[in-house]
Amino acid sequence: MINTFVGNMGHLMTIVAFVSALVTAYAYIQYFRANEIEKASWRRFSRISFYIHAVATTMIAASLFEIIYNHRYEYFYAYSHSSKALPVHYMISSFWEGQEGAFILWAFWNVVLGLILIKTNKFWEAPVMVVFALVQAFLISMIMGVVIGDLKIGSSPFMLLRDATQAPIFEMNPDFVPEDGTGLNPLLQNIWMVIHPPTLFLGYASTLVPFAFLIGGLVTKRYSEWIRPALPWAIFSAMILGMGIIMGAYWAYVTLNFGGYWNWDPVENAVYVPWLILVASIHTMITFKKSATALKTSIVLVIMSFILVLYATFLVRSGVLGDASVHSFTDLGLSGQLLIYMLFFMVIAIFLAARAWKHIPTSEKEASVYSREFWIFLGAVTLGLMSFQVILPTSIPAWNALVESFGGISNMAPPADQIEFYTKFQLWFAVAIALLTSVGQFFWWQKIDKKALKDALVLPYIISVLLSAVIIVLAKVYDWKYIIIVLAGTFTIVANAVILAKILKKSTFKLAGGSLAHIGLGMILIGIMFSSGYSDVISINMSGLTYSNSWEDEMNKEHVLLWINKPTQMKDYTVIYRGRQKKVVGVPEYVPAKILESTGNVNEALALEDYKDFFKKGDSVKIVLEENDYFKIDYMQNEVLKFSLSPMSQFNEGMGGLISSPDSKIYLNRDLYTYVAAMNDYEDPEWKEDENYEVAPGDQFHIADFVTYFDGAEVLKEIEGYQLQEGDVAVKAKLRVLDYDVEKTLEPTFIIRNNQVGKLPVIDTELGLKVSLENILPEQNKFVFKVNQYQKDYVVMKAIVKPYINVLWIGTIIMLIGFSVAIFRRFDEFQKMRDKGLE
Amino acid sequence: MKKGHIIGLGIIAIAIVIIMTSIGDASSYESFNTAWEMKEDGEDKAIHVVGKLKKDTSGQVTGLEVNEDKTSFTFLLVDNDGTEQKVYYNEPVPADFQRSEQVVVIGSYREKEIFVADKILMKCPSKYQETDVQAAGM
Repeated sequence: MINTFVGNMGHLMTIVAFVSALVTAYAYIQYFRANEIEKASWRRFSRISFYIHAVATTMIAASLFEIIYNHRYEYFYAYSHSSKALPVHYMISSFWEGQEGAFILWAFWNVVLGLILIKTNKFWEAPVMVVFALVQAFLISMIMGVVIGDLKIGSSPFMLLRDATQAPIFEMNPDFVPEDGTGLNPLLQNIWMVIHPPTLFLGYASTLVPFAFLIGGLVTKRYSEWIRPALPWAIFSAMILGMGIIMGAYWAYVTLNFGGYWNWDPVENAVYVPWLILVASIHTMITFKKSATALKTSIVLVIMSFILVLYATFLVRSGVLGDASVHSFTDLGLSGQLLIYMLFFMVIAIFLAARAWKHIPTSEKEASVYSREFWIFLGAVTLGLMSFQVILPTSIPAWNALVESFGGISNMAPPADQIEFYTKFQLWFAVAIALLTSVGQFFWWQKIDKKALKDALVLPYIISVLLSAVIIVLAKVYDWKYIIIVLAGTFTIVANAVILAKILKKSTFKLAGGSLAHIGLGMILIGIMFSSGYSDVISINMSGLTYSNSWEDEMNKEHVLLWINKPTQMKDYTVIYRGRQKKVVGVPEYVPAKILESTGNVNEALALEDYKDFFKKGDSVKIVLEENDYFKIDYMQNEVLKFSLSPMSQFNEGMGGLISSPDSKIYLNRDLYTYVAAMNDYEDPEWKEDENYEVAPGDQFHIADFVTYFDGAEVLKEIEGYQLQEGDVAVKAKLRVLDYDVEKTLEPTFIIRNNQVGKLPVIDTELGLKVSLENILPEQNKFVFKVNQYQKDYVVMKAIVKPYINVLWIGTIIMLIGFSVAIFRRFDEFQKMRDKGLE
Repeated sequence: MKKGHIIGLGIIAIAIVIIMTSIGDASSYESFNTAWEMKEDGEDKAIHVVGKLKKDTSGQVTGLEVNEDKTSFTFLLVDNDGTEQKVYYNEPVPADFQRSEQVVVIGSYREKEIFVADKILMKCPSKYQETDVQAAGM
């Protein structure tokens, strides 16, 4: 029976949330304008209104999760994003796989942030919350699903399947509920996908806070005071967004198989750019607090970071990217709405800023080269140019859409080799940033003139040159570009470490945020240079085969074909593919797939053999995601097994085929990264024609290429799964098939009942063989076997060595710690001022 | 000249360089005919061609030839103008390749007979089709 209650509830709450957001905005405006007597009551009313909004938003999320959690496949959202086989933590991922869920998540974070701001602010509550409530109204409208005439506002996640599709089954039976959902995209079935989207959306949501303070400041004519409360939030936002980006990169590294962590895909660029601008804005805001300059720059940067987040959302979710991105979302028809959302805040912010422009205090004094303002400003400019270089080509599809909407024709396409294109600029910008941070930090902590600067820089300079020399020699960095990166990176690390040591000696750890973050940056730079610049594909085809086309030989074959059990030479390793495995609940290692037989129930299998101490033959075992196959790849050196990797693949009908995830061997100084690019499909084999063999017990012969021994036959008293009757004769032949170092026993059976012959053939999917005992010739003491071949199991694999990738991951962690220290410090400053009653 | 002006000029100069290279390095959408013309004019830049896989009368993809070691393949792509072209791709066949509604090949001509794709983007049929709902339910 269809449950419409939850959906109606969710839909109702959407409308409540939308209306209460508008009421909150109105009420806070009144509170802001009201005189002293009425202020208290307006404030109470505004807050209650926002609390109602908060409850409604939470209820929307709860309703949607209830639908997914209880497998209510009468709802389109649950049907298309979830399935019964999903464990609970992946149901959480299902929640935000769809765009509607993502918007709910975003709105939910805004509510949380809004509640915190109400608690922590006195003066700023009204103006900030007006902005919040308006943003909420826009976000909730995305999931309203209201149709007025031709106008569709939002796309509701609470739509029933029968309303979302026109499947004929609903005409016969409107109450039809599908047995199971189509499942979650297997690429998202990863622990990082459970935590990456909430982190990223918290980052998105939190860019609103500094923006809201800025708008508050412009409206209340407190042109500079907004910086203090906004700053800790700007740092918080940069940290969370940065963390979200890194998690996304890490997820891509461990789940996707493009062979790296960053691809310059539009979706990645769309979060990278706002983050750069956000980081630039933090720096100018800090400068302003120190020396009353760069206020205008800060205002522009804060507006840009918020608008760029909206622009990113527009690019990714409007469908405008089309085929330019590998993972753009389907178009829900929200592009117009997203555009209005973005333009609304852009126009308001630009209007308010322009109106206030001539009242905004500036410093007339030209910044000296020996001042920190100068260096910080250069840094902010570099970050700005960096983001400009990325956002411009990323917007090409949007540009095409714009030209076409005016009737023109534009056939511009994004650069063909995106990695090369972006790298050639971003590399040098990053080097510039690294150098600026090391020099800038010295100005930061002391007034310095030409001579003092020289003295301060000489020591770190010498140390870093020596250190770089060691790195360059030991790691064999001989490319001049990479040598420069090593120099810049180590200089950043050393210079900032010197500063860090000084700070720790003189004052507290609280002030160390900046230098820590910059040390992280230096490590990230070096880590990226090594892991990407010196990434080495080792799965070069060394079979020595030549092809007909001469030019084809010039192409680097970056994959190897591995037949099961056949050792293949690959750089320093001999690799052997050993067959498919499954993950079984309660077993810490992978279990060979051939000893498991599906029972037909979801994620359940019957054990065909004992497996160590974990289960016995005949046990029913639970499989973790039965669609997943883990391909066992043994890496040997000098005939000794060094380690095994088990890259995953899932053949997923609904998602259109093979979906693979890599597996890596992680060393301290490098990763060996392996993934399956193609595999054998033995579901429905096309058997080749019959081959008959007449052999006597004890004979040795060849089936295909396999050396085979016929050890003999025995008469059976009973056969599993088959009822033997009086007078039946059952004979089982025992064949031993050798495939390299593996020996397999195949036992076809032959039954005679009332002069009728029954044959039970054996199929070995790994060898690609079907063998049946065709006949027994007692006079000649010979047995006749019929053999059909398909092909041996294989995988096509790619393996890449990524040196020093851990330097990158450690660098990001240090940078995040630096951000956290800075947040703590700045929030502390704000609290002290607030409690003095100044703000 | 003040420092501010120098910096300003520097920013403008870099911005112009960025814009010029973005335009210069931007690829373009072409048909096989225009792509071949470009090749004949000596332009080797990688371009985008949008097309569909060649299918026989029963709707089966034809002309897909996988190399013996399964690490590369060639296929026939029909662009939006109806020109048929053999395309070589130096990667194993992507799993959902034959199901794709539309294929974008990014690459260039090597010779008239063969277009070498450096990258392939596929647009696959929407995940949720009406028939799927029925199949899942019956």
